[in-house]
Formats: sequence, structure tokens, C-alpha cells
Amino acid sequence: MKNNGTILSVKDLKTYFQTEDGVVKAVDGISFELKKGETLGIVGESGSGKSVTNLSVMRLIPEPPGKIVGGEVDFDGIDVLSLPIDEVRRIRGKRIAMIFQDPMTSLNPYLKISTQLMEVTRLHLGHTKQQAYEHGVKMLETVGIPDARSRMDGYPHELSGGMRQRVMIAMALSCDPELLIADEPTTALDVTIQAQILELIKDLRSRLGTSVILITHDLGVVAGMTDKIVVMYAGHVFEQAPTKELFATSANPYTKGLLRSVPDPAHEQGTELYQIPGLPPDVAHLPPGCPFAERCDRAQDICRTEFPPFVQINEDHHSLCHFAQEVYEESKMTAPTAAARAHK
Amino acid sequence: MALLVVTVTWGLIRIAPGTFYDSEKKLPPAIEANIKKKYGLDKPWYTQYFIMLGNVTCRTMAEDETTINGLQFNVGSSRVKCFDFGDSLKYEGQSVNEIIRRHLPYSAIIGIIAYLLALVVGGAAGLLAALRQNSIYDYGSMALAMLGLSVPNFVLGPILVLVFALGLYLVPAARWGGVLNLILPVVTLSAIYAAYIARLTRAGMLEVMRSDYIRTARAKGLNETTVLLKHALRGGIIPVVSFTGPALAALLAGTVVVERIFSIPGLGNIFIQSVLNRDEPLTLGIVAFLSVLVMLLNLIVDISYGFLDPRIRYE
Amino acid sequence: MLKELSCPKCGAPVTLENERQKLVLCSFCNATSAVDFEDREHPRLTLEESGVIDSVQRIKGASLWGDAWKRLLKNRLAVLGLVVLAVMFFLVTVGPAIFTGITGLTADYIPADGNLLKSFPPSMRHPMGTDEAGRDIFARVLQGGRISLAVGIISTIVSLIVGVSYGAVAGYLGGSIDNVMMRIVDIIYAIPYILVVIVLLSVFGGPNTQVLIQWLPSIIVGIIVGVAAMLAAFWLYRRLFGEMTARNLVERLLRFVVGVLVAVAVFALIGAASYLVGETGIGTSLAERYSDRVNLGLSQIFLLFFALGLVSWLTMARVVRGQILSLKNQEFVLAAKATGVSTFGIIFKHLVPNALGPVIVYSTLTVPSVMLSEAFLSYLGLGVQAPYASWGSLAADGVKNIAIFPWQLIFPGVTMALTLFSLNFLGDGLRDALDPQTRKF
Repeated sequence: MKNNGTILSVKDLKTYFQTEDGVVKAVDGISFELKKGETLGIVGESGSGKSVTNLSVMRLIPEPPGKIVGGEVDFDGIDVLSLPIDEVRRIRGKRIAMIFQDPMTSLNPYLKISTQLMEVTRLHLGHTKQQAYEHGVKMLETVGIPDARSRMDGYPHELSGGMRQRVMIAMALSCDPELLIADEPTTALDVTIQAQILELIKDLRSRLGTSVILITHDLGVVAGMTDKIVVMYAGHVFEQAPTKELFATSANPYTKGLLRSVPDPAHEQGTELYQIPGLPPDVAHLPPGCPFAERCDRAQDICRTEFPPFVQINEDHHSLCHFAQEVYEESKMTAPTAAARAHK
Repeated sequence: MALLVVTVTWGLIRIAPGTFYDSEKKLPPAIEANIKKKYGLDKPWYTQYFIMLGNVTCRTMAEDETTINGLQFNVGSSRVKCFDFGDSLKYEGQSVNEIIRRHLPYSAIIGIIAYLLALVVGGAAGLLAALRQNSIYDYGSMALAMLGLSVPNFVLGPILVLVFALGLYLVPAARWGGVLNLILPVVTLSAIYAAYIARLTRAGMLEVMRSDYIRTARAKGLNETTVLLKHALRGGIIPVVSFTGPALAALLAGTVVVERIFSIPGLGNIFIQSVLNRDEPLTLGIVAFLSVLVMLLNLIVDISYGFLDPRIRYE
Repeated sequence: MLKELSCPKCGAPVTLENERQKLVLCSFCNATSAVDFEDREHPRLTLEESGVIDSVQRIKGASLWGDAWKRLLKNRLAVLGLVVLAVMFFLVTVGPAIFTGITGLTADYIPADGNLLKSFPPSMRHPMGTDEAGRDIFARVLQGGRISLAVGIISTIVSLIVGVSYGAVAGYLGGSIDNVMMRIVDIIYAIPYILVVIVLLSVFGGPNTQVLIQWLPSIIVGIIVGVAAMLAAFWLYRRLFGEMTARNLVERLLRFVVGVLVAVAVFALIGAASYLVGETGIGTSLAERYSDRVNLGLSQIFLLFFALGLVSWLTMARVVRGQILSLKNQEFVLAAKATGVSTFGIIFKHLVPNALGPVIVYSTLTVPSVMLSEAFLSYLGLGVQAPYASWGSLAADGVKNIAIFPWQLIFPGVTMALTLFSLNFLGDGLRDALDPQTRKF
């Protein structure tokens, strides 16, 4: 058991999918680390590979089309990728828990809530039916579901979206896992509910000391929640930095584009909203060179022909770009305004 | 509801030319009149309709009536009788209800066993096919299912007889008897349903296995068997359940064929004969009975639907 | 700052979103053009000939049908089915003529050569052998194919027409009307339909078809009056009660009473109309005029078309209604309404085309089931009568002699099974192609 405080270490993870259109390299060499108690945000557009990364960590990739073809995933000293599957199952739900994007479809509509909650603790903690039931009620109360006891015997369709997501969180945290992976937990919810759920996660995190990986495409969500951020694009990590630094002094054009795309209420009315031009790439047919070259406004010839290098900006900050340093310098110059925005 | 069916059937039979007492030579008018009087056919058609309607449902009995047909019981001071379809016109002296009662067990047994067989075989096949998608097993069983769908049962039956009974001497070819006798008719009848059920199960399970909640279940650390049996199965068999309703109705038609091929004295055969003979009471009786039966079964299916899917329970 | 330019390939207008756009997709001809912003005021478009653009994904992909067609073609089984069907079609339409031309044999030629044994095994002269009456089976199979396929297709069309109209109206009008209509469907569904069909066919089939002709005008009038009356009744109901649900018991009772009265009125109208038409004697005179002209065998077949069509329209109606229900709340319907398209127009011009997907799939699966039903009826003697044949009736006849003259069953049976196979594969393929979620990886 390593004791340097790193709970999850992903090195050069590669997960490919075999589809009708060819081989899709959903995740092509991702590396990041998460320390105990930290919250990591993974940000990216659809198709960037963020969900696949996390499914890979728990080995939930459906085998026929997909396959983890390379890399290492180290969870608290355990090499997850080479474990036999039943050992992986013992970790799932107990030490690493996951909550998914769409609470409408992520809960089994045919089973009672109590059944679904009790399963986890009976399996991993050996609870009796009675114990599991009480624990379930307690969990529901913890996540803020009113009238928890009577909800237990109900079904998912009786609850609203926000409530269902709370149930999912309750389920995930039932066994007090060390790592919680939240895959776009609020995307399918109203903005007001979003805020509530995020507050809930923050609260539980500080109470239970869980390490959290928060996956989202929404920069606003990660700004308030995370310690450090990984920006993904087309299956690669384009930038990784502590949150404040990323917002203030980004070293990657893609990140800068993302930051610019966030509407700023302070801007004058009538100015155009910025969007990164073009569309996310077809990951089955990636061009040589930087996958972002097509859409990048500072792309040069080298970007189109050579894959960008891994540039270490400082101890915790690195970027994948031919011009990482330059972008970083630029960002530093405009730092004050960007930092001010990040704090809003 | 059943009354509607009865009415329609009655109407059709009445419209049809030909009567039950047709024979080669033309009957002298006097005899014809007599027959008509005996069976009440001399009254105007609407009277006959209402009399029939009354008999079929419930009405109080006149003082001197002594028929033993239908159910009788006392309400207050008068006797009430229901479900009297009268006597069969072709089979002298036998009441319709009696005939139905006598021949029903044959059809029922074959039908029930056939459907259960279809459920078990089809369900298992479909399930395995879904789990081992795209394997040889999957393609093989689906191809076999396709075969079952494309061959009419009156072709399959004789082929089976030819191969297993006459060729290999494994089972008897026809007639009602012991368990062995049942095998061929039951298999013939269930083939097409097993095929449908296999395909439905496979499709249903595939769809369910792809769902998000199955992914959640796996993420909780449950093993595959639990995921399958506890989480997936409930949703996956719903299409099969909804198929059961119309399937049972079609099953009735299937028994007709099977009974003919294997010379089993079941209700289906009797029904065909009665229609061809213009045996009105018998036809009406069977149609009414089967309609009610099917509706009852459909009701059961609907209720069990509610057990499986809590979302539609309190509609 | 939107610039309007013309697509270099088809000339359709093309809009650029911003100054950085590098590629643009023409929504009319799907051609991709590269954008050259050298001259900011007048950007230029050059057509990309290479077709596949690697790093920019096309959002506006091919249309639903084009996409589906491509996917269908990739499914080998479905393509095989399609090919077999095409061959089968060709054979049954052109085959009999060719065969007769070559061998001089027709489907109903009965040799009068006095041999007692008339059933011959396959030979050069009779590629599929002969049946009990000495008729050449190959010719009969081809002829029978015509009828089988015709029955299958036309019955399916009948059930399509009835089912789509019914389902579309139910789905679109929604609310209590939908409820009532679907209740009716449920009720009819519960009836062992086969029984009624059997009774129907045995009553009207064969030599009794004359009676049918006699009744035909009444039936037609009855249907027309019935539909008109029902539409009027619905309109009236709408007018009186609007779409709100009953607020209290009194209102409910009132509605129920009105409903019953209306139903009775409708039936009475139908009955009266039919009776009147019957009285005019149109039917009888028609029957007399046409009875010798009408080929009894053919009218039996027409009867089959309708009877079988009536069996499967129910599920079709359900499918259509389901589709309509899910489509009707989408925006394009709102847009159509806002521009004043009539209810009728909305149903048939907007909703139905979009609901076609599952309808097509279900139709291709109905055809084989209808053909099987027809075979079943032929077995009972209620289907196609001699001298006409269908695969079902041929198989039914052949079953009798399976032990002695197996070819009499095998050839028609295999042909039919092959066709049904192909139809099923095609139907499956269509379903997979049109509904991407059921794709195998």
C-alpha cells in the first residue's frame, strides 16, 4: 500500500473501440494522478473520451466493441487492469463508486428503491436485510430526501430527476468509498437542482473525506468544486493544472478557447458570443498532427503534421501543444482579468 | 363484449345460405315446416335473435320449462338459467355445453403444454442468444427460429410424423393416449411460438442489457448472474408477456390444425365441423366460450404486466 | 456577420457562421466546400472533391432514408432476402408465360390420357413432378406464387390503409377519442379473430359468393355511413364537451348517456342505410347481372384479401398511433399548425410520412404472417379454391401424400418457406437499418 497519498494513478491509458466505421481510439494515452481527498475535474466536449476514461478505471467497458489496450491504472497500490474480474467487482461499489449522468435511466425502473440501495451494503458490507434497510434510510436522509422511510418502498419513477440523482449518490456512498467518480452528474438536471447536487457532493466530500473525480463539460461546475483540472480532447489530455492556475494562466489554445466560450455577463450586450469554430473531430478518422489543429486559431504547419509534445510548464501544470510556452506567457499577461473572471 | 361477438357470428350464420338440415333431396314442405317449428325457426328473425340472446345470457325460466342445459339457480321465487346454448343441431340430443365440456380438455391440455414448452425453449434460447451475441450459437438459434416462423404448422406436423414416428419409430403417430402420444402434437403446435418467443426474448434482453441501469448495477460490483437475473430479466421479458395475449388467441387456431393431423378429438375440430354444418348453436357456443376465455386470459396477462412493470400499475 | 454565398456544386445558398470557418456543408447537395477568407469581404468557396473530410465531422449527415438504405445494404442477410424476393417476383410474374412457352404446360392442364396413376416424380418434362390430377407442379408453383404473393401484399395493403388511418386519427386527435378508439382495438384484439374469419369465409366462400355480391352495395354503404356518422359524432362530441375531462359525476353521466345515444344512433344509421340499399334491389340486380361473369374462384380470393387484411390492421393501428403520439408533440407539428394547415392535412401530410419507419418494418413482417394464415385457411379448405392454387393450398394438398409422393409437398413447401425466410430477413434488416439503437456492434 503506497502511502504517499496518491489514491489513483492513471498512466498512459488506452481504450479502443471496434466499430462499423473503424477503430475508434476513444482514449489514447491518458495520464493523471489523484491524491487522497483531492477533487479532480475532467473537462471536455462530447466525444473527448472523458466518460470512457472513467469507465476504464472501473473496467466497465463493454468488451465486444471496446477494449483497454494499454496503460496502467493503479488504485491505492492495486493494479486494477490486471486483476481478475471478480476482484474488480469487490472494489466496485465498495472502494470506488460511480454516479452517472442520466438519473432517469440509471436507476432500475422495475425494482424498489430499497432493493437497489440494500444490494450494495448487503454485498460489500455483509449487512442483514434489516441492517441494510436502516442504513438505506439513513443514506437517503443524508442526501436530503424528505420522508426517506416511505420513499424506500417506492419506485424510481415516483421521484423527480433531482431526487433520483440523490438516490444515486446515496447508493454510491453507501459503503463509504474512497473514490467517487461523478460522470456529468448534473447535466441532465435543471440549473437550480444542479447547484443543490453540487453542494451536496461538496458537503459529503468534506464530511467523509472522499476523493472525487468530477467529469463535466461545464467549466462553471469545475470552477467551484475542484482542486485540479484535466482538459481532454479527442482522447488525449491537452492540459492539466491546478484549478486556479488553469483559469488564470492556461497554456493551451483549446483550454483558452473553452474559457472564452463561457459567456461573461460583464460583456457588453451585442457583442457576439464566442464559440470555438468547427466541430469535435471524428475520432475514428483522426488526422496526423494535433487533433485540434483544424479549429485552432494559432495553428501552424507543424501543428498539422506533427503530434504536439508534452510540455511541462511547472510542477503541476503541463500542456500538450507545440506552442505551450507561448500560450502560457500570453496568459500570464492577461492574467488579472482572467483571474477576476474565474472568481465570479 | 362477448355478446358482440355472438351477435356478429349469429348474423353471419343466419345470412349464410344453407341450413343444417340440408340433405341430398329436397324435403317436402310439410316436413320442413315441422322442423322449423320444432326449432323455433318459424318465428321472425328478430324474435329468434332475442330468444337466442336471452338464452345465452340469463333469463328466468317459465313454469313448465325443464331443460337441463346451462346453469340454473334460484333467485327469489323464480328459477334463473344462464348460458343455455341449446342442443347441437347436428349431433342429436347433445347439449352444446356438454359437447364443449367433453372436448375441451383435449385442446386445453395440448394448448397449455405447447405454450409452456414454447416459453421455456424459446425463452432459454433467446436468453442465451442475447448473452452470446454474434456467436455461432446466436446465429444458429436465430436461424432455427426463422425456420420455425416460415414453415406452416400443417407442414411441420406431417414432416415430424414422417421422421419420428414412421421413420424412427420413436413416438406414436397420432391419436390420444399416453404421454408419448402428446409429444408430436405439442411440438408441432409450439414450434412457431417458440420461434417468436426466442426472437422477442433476445431482442428484449439485448435492449435491456444496453441500458444505463445495468451499467449502474455492474458499477455497484454485482456479479453477472445477479445482474442478469435480478435486474435485467424483469425488463427483458416484458415483450414476451405482451406477446402472450394475442398468441393465445392464435393458439386456438393452431390447435385446429394439430387436432386434424393427429386425429385428436379436440374442440378445434368440432368447431370447424360445426361451422361447415351450419350448426348454429354449437358454433355460437364455441365462439362465445372461446371469446370469454381469451378475454379472461388477456386480463390475466394485463395484470401480470402490472407486476413486472411498476410504472403502469396504477393506470 | 453572416455571409450568404452559393454552393459551388449546386448553387444553393450557403451561410457561413463566422470568420474562422474553414469548411462549410451544403444542406442541399451535401457537398463540402473549403472557405477561403483571404478577401474578407468576399470569401471564396472551393468544392472539396475528395469527399471524406477527416477532421471535421458532418453533423447534417445523410437523410434518414439514405442512411438507412446504406445500413440495410451492409446487412448481408437482408440483401440476400431482397435478392431472393426479387427473383421470386420475377419468376411468378414472367415465369408462367415462359414455362408455358417452353413446355406447353399450364397450371391447370389436366392430361386426359387415361392413366390411373397421375402423380409423377420430377423429371425432365415435369421439373417438379405432377400432382394427383396430373397437373404439372412447377407451373402450379409459379401460378400459386402469383396468388400467394398477391394475397400477402394486397392484404397487407388493406391492413395498412385501415390501420394507418385509424391509428393516425387516434394518435393525433388524442385524449378521450384516442382512448375510445384504442379500447375498441383492445376489445377486438381479444377476440379470437381467426374464429370469426373462419366463419366469414365459410359463409361467404365458394359457391356462396353470390350472396356476397348481393350484399356488397349494402356493405359499402354501411361502411361509408358508419365512418361518416362516427366522424360526425366525434365532431359533435368535441363541440359539446371540448377536450376537458368531466368535472363531476353529473357531467360524467351526461357524457356517458350521450355517448351511448350516439353509438346507438350510429348503428341505427348504418342498419337503416344498409337496409334501404338492400330494398332498392341494387344488390340483387347486380348479383344477377354479374354472377355468371364473376369467376367464383377469383371472388373467393378477393374475399381472402379483405378477411386477412382485417386480421392484421389492429397491430398496425397500434404501431402507427404510437409513432404519431411521439411525433405529434415535436416542433414541426406546431409550426405546421401555426401556418394554418388543417387537421386532416397535418395528419396525412406531416405526421404520416414521419411515422413511416416502423410502419414499413411492420408491413414487411405482416406479409409473411398473412401468407401463413392463408396457408392455414387453405388447409382447412377455406382458402383458395381449385382450379386456382396458392403455395399454401399446394402444400396442404401435398401434405396428404407426403409418404408416397413427397415432392408434392416439398416443392411448394420449400418455395414458400424460402420466400417467407427472405421476407423475414428483409424485415429484420429494415428494422435494424431504421432503428440504429438495435444495431449489433
